[in-house]
Amino acid sequence: MSVTTVFGSIDKFEKGGVEITGNEEARDYLFSNMYEVAGNAQPWERIVIAKNLENTVEVIRAEGDSPWYICSHDETALLMQGSMEVRFIQPADSGLAPPEENEGSVKLTGEPEGEVMGHVKATRGHLVLLPAGAAYQFRAGELSVILLQTLLGDESIEKWAEICQH
Amino acid sequence: MAATAEQITDLPVLTEAHRESAPHPVNGYKRFEIGSFRFERDEYFARIQCPTVTHVMDVENFMRSMIRDVAWGFFYGWVNFDEVFGTVNNYDSVDVFMGAYNQAYKDSGTDFTERFEPGVLQACFKGLMLDWTNAGFNPFAAPLETGSGRGPKNGSNDEAVNFQRELADRFVSLPGDTPIRSDENGRPVNRQFADVDQSEPEVHAEAGFEGQLAAFNLFKYLSRSPVTWNPSIVSIVRSSAYCPTSEEHILPVDHGNDRVEWFIQMSDEITWRVADKDSAAPMSVVTMKAGDVACMPADIRHRGFSPKRSMLLVWENLTPGLEKRYASGELPPVPATF
Ligand SMILES: [Fe+2]
Repeated sequence: MSVTTVFGSIDKFEKGGVEITGNEEARDYLFSNMYEVAGNAQPWERIVIAKNLENTVEVIRAEGDSPWYICSHDETALLMQGSMEVRFIQPADSGLAPPEENEGSVKLTGEPEGEVMGHVKATRGHLVLLPAGAAYQFRAGELSVILLQTLLGDESIEKWAEICQH
Repeated sequence: MAATAEQITDLPVLTEAHRESAPHPVNGYKRFEIGSFRFERDEYFARIQCPTVTHVMDVENFMRSMIRDVAWGFFYGWVNFDEVFGTVNNYDSVDVFMGAYNQAYKDSGTDFTERFEPGVLQACFKGLMLDWTNAGFNPFAAPLETGSGRGPKNGSNDEAVNFQRELADRFVSLPGDTPIRSDENGRPVNRQFADVDQSEPEVHAEAGFEGQLAAFNLFKYLSRSPVTWNPSIVSIVRSSAYCPTSEEHILPVDHGNDRVEWFIQMSDEITWRVADKDSAAPMSVVTMKAGDVACMPADIRHRGFSPKRSMLLVWENLTPGLEKRYASGELPPVPATF
């Protein structure tokens, strides 16, 4: 018997949902679909789809070149659709990195001066480390979807009422 | 006799080692006792006795539950083997309970709880699993991938019982951290993920930055998981842990959350039955397809049903002491409102 593992994409996804059998509300499950959220997003917006106190998972509609970002802690990027390259620079100006107590990443104005650390080429299912203190940029040659493991920060957008079943 | 929910906060912690009987003269299995709990098995059933009541379970289901409890180090919060029997992780101790989170048992006063030092309880459960697991039965495997656990004692499967899950410190594939999975390290592709792309990302680190950049194929990693319903840790960002797992058939426990956790369905489909953590009353049915995201609030228990082997990203918050902040009501059970 041949198997088919079902993955989703912005163009082709099916959504499940919450059926209530007790005394509560569907909204308590904050149920959404990442492809639907990415499909309705602007490129490079970071929309929070999961939140646990200060920790977040954010979905990104990736198209073209992203701005450059930097963060005081590690983050990870999981490619859920498409393909991308992630470029890394160690900034010459150490003041560019936000202070340790800052959470979430900071958007930089343009490509920072510094030493090229390298790059990663990823396709669907690949998980990429975005190491603390390294400036990074995503480049997506096709419509792609990224899940970002990070902390709530200046770039995080919360719009639960728009994305969740209720 | 029975500890009520109110009394449960100040139970004594029992530290005495468990007792094992000689093998049963007919079926060959040992009886295990710890505190006031007694565990026996026959060819079909596990029989659990405590001072207030007897409980019986299908022995395969019992072993599938107990192996997770053992392998997870009692996990977060409640591990309900079914709607009656289970454990609660208090982290410095573990409660073993009968009916303590079932409204009917509580109403009739037949609920019972004892508290144990984690090491002595782990030794009891591990010893039981080693004795009760027959050759050809792997309690971590999906039913279609393993033989029967029923019948009289017939050999053993210590390798399956001793399986260790992989817990990355920072990120899989970094130097010194947990490795990627491959044929070479004994992790072949599972039959249900035969079509999953096996390419690895290209990591190009410039001179001087070797070992600082890292990436790996998470879907390939999961396609090579030899077990079901047993999360690994692949990346940790401060207290945020990605705990992906491959799921097939039924989660053998109703996990009762002591904190919020999140599910991100990466492939295929799982349906969750959700019930009240304290009373076991049904609350909802949550069906998740590829790309769906849902939280599991801190006041529920859940059991998953995965018709085809699927990839689930369980997302946890590892902050120590979080369970107390939810239990006291300081933190709400739902992580965002709108
Ligand atoms: Fe859970």
